[in-house]
Amino acid sequence: MEFGPHLMLASLEGAVTAAILALTAMGLSIVFGVMRVVNIAHGEFFMLGAVIAWWVASLLGGHPAIGFVLALVLAPLIVGTLAAVADRFILQRINYDPDRTIVATIGLLYIIQQTTLMTFGPEARPVQPPFNTRLALPWFEYGENGFAMIWPWGLSITSYKLFVIVAAITIITGLWLFLTRSKAGLLMRATQQDSETAQAFGVPVQRVYSWVFGLGAGLAAIGAVLVVPIQQAHYLMGQDPLLLSFIVVIIGGLGSLPGTIIAAILIGMSDGIISVFFSPTLAKIIATLVVAMVLVFRPQGLLGKSEG
Amino acid sequence: MTNQHRVHLLHFGTIALLALLFFVLPAYHVGNLARIMVLATYAIGYNFLFGYTGLLSLGHALFFTAGMYGLGLAMTQFGLPSAPALIIGLIAACLVSAVIGFLALRTSGVAFMIVTLMFAQAGYLTILYFGTYTRGDEGFVIQQAKRVMFGIDLSSEVSRYFAALILFSICFLTVARIVQSPFGKTLIAIRENEERARMLGYDTGAHKLKAIIISGTISGFAGAAYALLFGYAGATFATVQYSIFPLLWVLLGGAGTTVGPLIGVIFMFYLIDLSSSITSAYMLIAGVALVLLAMFAPQGLAGTLRKRWFKWMP
Amino acid sequence: MDAMTILSTRNLTKAYGGIRANTDINFDLPKGQIMALIGPNGAGKSTFVGMVSGRITATSGDVFFEGNNISKLPAHKRIARGIAYTFQITSVFTGLPLRENIALAARRKLGSDKAATDIKVAQVLDRVGLTDRADMIAGDLSYGHQRILEIAMGLAQDPRLFILDEPTQGLTELEVENFIKLIKSLAGETTILLIEHNMDVVMKTADQITVLNQGEVLAAGTPAQIRANKAVQAAYLGTTDA
Repeated sequence: MEFGPHLMLASLEGAVTAAILALTAMGLSIVFGVMRVVNIAHGEFFMLGAVIAWWVASLLGGHPAIGFVLALVLAPLIVGTLAAVADRFILQRINYDPDRTIVATIGLLYIIQQTTLMTFGPEARPVQPPFNTRLALPWFEYGENGFAMIWPWGLSITSYKLFVIVAAITIITGLWLFLTRSKAGLLMRATQQDSETAQAFGVPVQRVYSWVFGLGAGLAAIGAVLVVPIQQAHYLMGQDPLLLSFIVVIIGGLGSLPGTIIAAILIGMSDGIISVFFSPTLAKIIATLVVAMVLVFRPQGLLGKSEG
Repeated sequence: MTNQHRVHLLHFGTIALLALLFFVLPAYHVGNLARIMVLATYAIGYNFLFGYTGLLSLGHALFFTAGMYGLGLAMTQFGLPSAPALIIGLIAACLVSAVIGFLALRTSGVAFMIVTLMFAQAGYLTILYFGTYTRGDEGFVIQQAKRVMFGIDLSSEVSRYFAALILFSICFLTVARIVQSPFGKTLIAIRENEERARMLGYDTGAHKLKAIIISGTISGFAGAAYALLFGYAGATFATVQYSIFPLLWVLLGGAGTTVGPLIGVIFMFYLIDLSSSITSAYMLIAGVALVLLAMFAPQGLAGTLRKRWFKWMP
Repeated sequence: MDAMTILSTRNLTKAYGGIRANTDINFDLPKGQIMALIGPNGAGKSTFVGMVSGRITATSGDVFFEGNNISKLPAHKRIARGIAYTFQITSVFTGLPLRENIALAARRKLGSDKAATDIKVAQVLDRVGLTDRADMIAGDLSYGHQRILEIAMGLAQDPRLFILDEPTQGLTELEVENFIKLIKSLAGETTILLIEHNMDVVMKTADQITVLNQGEVLAAGTPAQIRANKAVQAAYLGTTDA
């Protein structure tokens, strides 16, 4: 394949990564934005989502679409509830003290991960996509007869991957409306602005925190349900999304939702593109170092304003 | 008895006790304790930065493996004897921590954690990428015949134990001394209130950089010693897990106490040793321990002892 | 700027985005004097001393200390030249004993000379009357004592210029009286730049007063001159009962 079509393919793969990453990172960003909590266990909520998707699909049998739709509803509910419980019984008890919260969520990370290892096992398990038609993609080339449309061999994407991109956009738009238009969203934003004043005005801050923590985890779970037909469920799969989400949240400017989405697109696309053109290990090294350098030299994030 | 006497008694008593245990404990536990002392040295390095300077790094595995691979590759690839290889390991750890410190210290808080984590991750991937020399995840063995220093075979039970004890004692006493010095007290001041320390005229940036270099070099010393004493270097030691371990040990034992790292490693080592005979998911214990620590004993074992009874503990 | 001027600023300006907190401040502080910096809330007093001490980077303009341009120096180097700074919002090492707080302040200059540090700490403790509390953890002290500790940390540095940002805020009447005595006892030893709201303290201690209003110098002179100044009365004194 020539460079042009190759780049287009890489961009499409990148867009899928970006879509999943945007969902997962949004979850982390909301939790950080509203609660100022650094949740190291976020990647494990993602992993749990994937494992639940596999579990629902394998219990139901029948057409993969039934299990998929059910998982899309159940996984975020179960994971969100679990997270809200963890918030209520662990994080609230330590008053969200920054250092202790980090320690506690590292602990949660291992508890969730190792419990999954004990029950789900160490194997990677696939989940059937609900539909998976291969769509060939055209490419335009300037030849003897002016522009011509050609169909390069290998330039294609599955319908499911396109669906992931559309689904992510839909969910994020829905979340946006929820945060800006609904009463619950208003309570969240009030808490984010100033939790003490919000409390004084009768906002049930503790309950808002539990909901936010659950919502953040639920978003990660949705991302995982969407990705699992492409990637397989595995008990260690939470590590990469955790790291990438953190990068996205920091580069986007801590707690800023538009920044998070832009950074997710940036990181997801470049991750996809770099890994098509380089050996995966080298690509990861380069990507990791580049992002680390961005963090080092623009610690306020790409969209954040520098002081003074 | 003045507090200074108590401190000396505590430190030299700890070392004497460790020496004595060699003659008392059964062989299995002697072997464990040699490993524990090397890992405790790693924890001492970590504690210097986290416990005394207040910087939470999630990338110390990079410094540990810089020492480990510095020594290991010098011996296997360049055929150097163990003593110069050890020095190369130390230099490697010192340089890596200086560069990472210089870069990462431009950030603070969460960003510092993530940046150190990412540099360590890049280091881990680099070890995998150069698999031809490092043999990646599988790692490589350092031949028993080569593990000799000053004519002493370090692979034998006795010499390994006492080499580990010497390593531990050097780092333990050095850190204990530094944290009682004006420099160490300034680091504690930075941990407590950096802005105030700066406005007392201390160059806090330079202090923190020195702290990272000292911390990283001690961690690398431990890594190099691990490769030398146990004859193995592998990429596993570069994973995130090995950056989280020292945090866990130090928190369990008591951050910002001199004896905390050793106590933490002993507890966690035996906790995992016992649980891994029951389940392969032994890190579950670590997870539960972390949550319980965060909830009920944020100051760790030695920290709680100090708060309750022994206020003089350094 | 003559040899007797310890601190001066020329056209010192700070802008946050488009908003100017300080505009072209020209300020001279004669050596050995007690200078009070007054002005309504938001007049830019803390911004000004922040730029002098280096906590806040100036947008433009220069700061001279003992004749040298220190505008480019980071905060810790300015402090090391002999400036001490106490925070408006109490900022002590709350987790450390009171004695160690003061020792940290003294040690930067005395280095590793333990004996000299101990003597200095004992002197300062005695001077501010906190000797009997020396081994308490600073965070366990009362608010008033923490404020005094903050001042003690400044004293322990033996500064040639001592900047105090609202030191009497929140102190009881008795504590304020003691503070006035302490400041007066320092006259001649060091130069003092005092941001203060309490006009009683200002009138009892200051040799000179500079009035800031909306980020600009409104007036400067002796307490009597300031009292008589119509512009000051209109902008500031008129609005308070002083």
